[in-house]
Amino acid sequence: MGLLLGIITGILFGFFLQKAQAIRFERQVGFLLLKDMTIIKFMLSAIMVGAVGIYLCKDLGIISFSIKATDVAAQIIGGLLFGIGWAIAGYCPGTSLGALGEGRIHALWAILGMLVGAGLYAEVYPALKSNVLAWGNLGKITVPDILKINHWVIIFIFIVAILMLFKFFQNKNI
Amino acid sequence: MKNYLTKSVWSPYLAGAFVGILAILSVVVSTKVLSKPMYLGASTTFVRVTGLIEQQVAKEHADTNEYFLYEKIKVDWQMMVVLGIFIGSLLSSLLGKSYKKEFVPDIWKQRFGNSAVVRGAGAFIGGIILLFGARLAGGCPSGHGLSSIMQLAVSGFIAMACFIIGGIITAKILYKGGK
Repeated sequence: MGLLLGIITGILFGFFLQKAQAIRFERQVGFLLLKDMTIIKFMLSAIMVGAVGIYLCKDLGIISFSIKATDVAAQIIGGLLFGIGWAIAGYCPGTSLGALGEGRIHALWAILGMLVGAGLYAEVYPALKSNVLAWGNLGKITVPDILKINHWVIIFIFIVAILMLFKFFQNKNI
Repeated sequence: MKNYLTKSVWSPYLAGAFVGILAILSVVVSTKVLSKPMYLGASTTFVRVTGLIEQQVAKEHADTNEYFLYEKIKVDWQMMVVLGIFIGSLLSSLLGKSYKKEFVPDIWKQRFGNSAVVRGAGAFIGGIILLFGARLAGGCPSGHGLSSIMQLAVSGFIAMACFIIGGIITAKILYKGGK
């Protein structure tokens, strides 16, 4: 049942990603060159809608969160490394499969590289556990937790900020 | 409705909003059906696929690897999501007549030329670095960018900011401003 749900979810996700052109190399690198905000418009729209729905369902007791722990060093170093690879490959893990789906054959090389990267990480993981991965572990924290402000206030401010950013993109025509 | 399916491009705001709804529905339905909330993500799947391949060629090595034991090598919900992204994109591009065979993207061509081999090498090396980074950071733009930030998790904001900073600096150096 989990596999069936996964494939349906993935097909819809891939469909929307393709319709927004968010999986294209040009859009991904275009954003990193700060010339094309398509992928950010797409992501932030998803985040705005998602945040309201997820927090509403959580408040109603329908769902629970699945928060990734904050590991400051690992997220900064890993995040910067990801960014370097992202700019070279022009894809991220999810969009690479979508790019292959719409005929971008070269995404296949990125996908193969990612599999090798995963294998390499598995080899060095034991060596990283006691240092990089252990530096700055703050646990599963959220922004409302650390600011001690009601989550709806944060969501409201977050949405206003996103809408202002959208307005800025429209004005700049990017 | 039919027009929308065959339209080649949607507004990124609209398509994004649909992904937001999909993310909510995914969590609600998986909580009901699987008794576990499933949040969108992609990069762990690459670990599991590599683990499955390693099990074929070096079973003992794969079975005793600490990271594979931690992430559990199996065909799971997220692996199907990643496969589904391929199918969904293929369907969408065929319906919208935007499917296009491409070996070297334009921005790359302007900087590194027409060679599909050079582009392939770049994509491969980029892929290695980015997935290594994603696993160290604990996720990619789907898991950290969408799912963590939706939950307002601090980890998501830090990771996504670093993805973007690393990417902007590298793109600037690599494509020299681009065209």
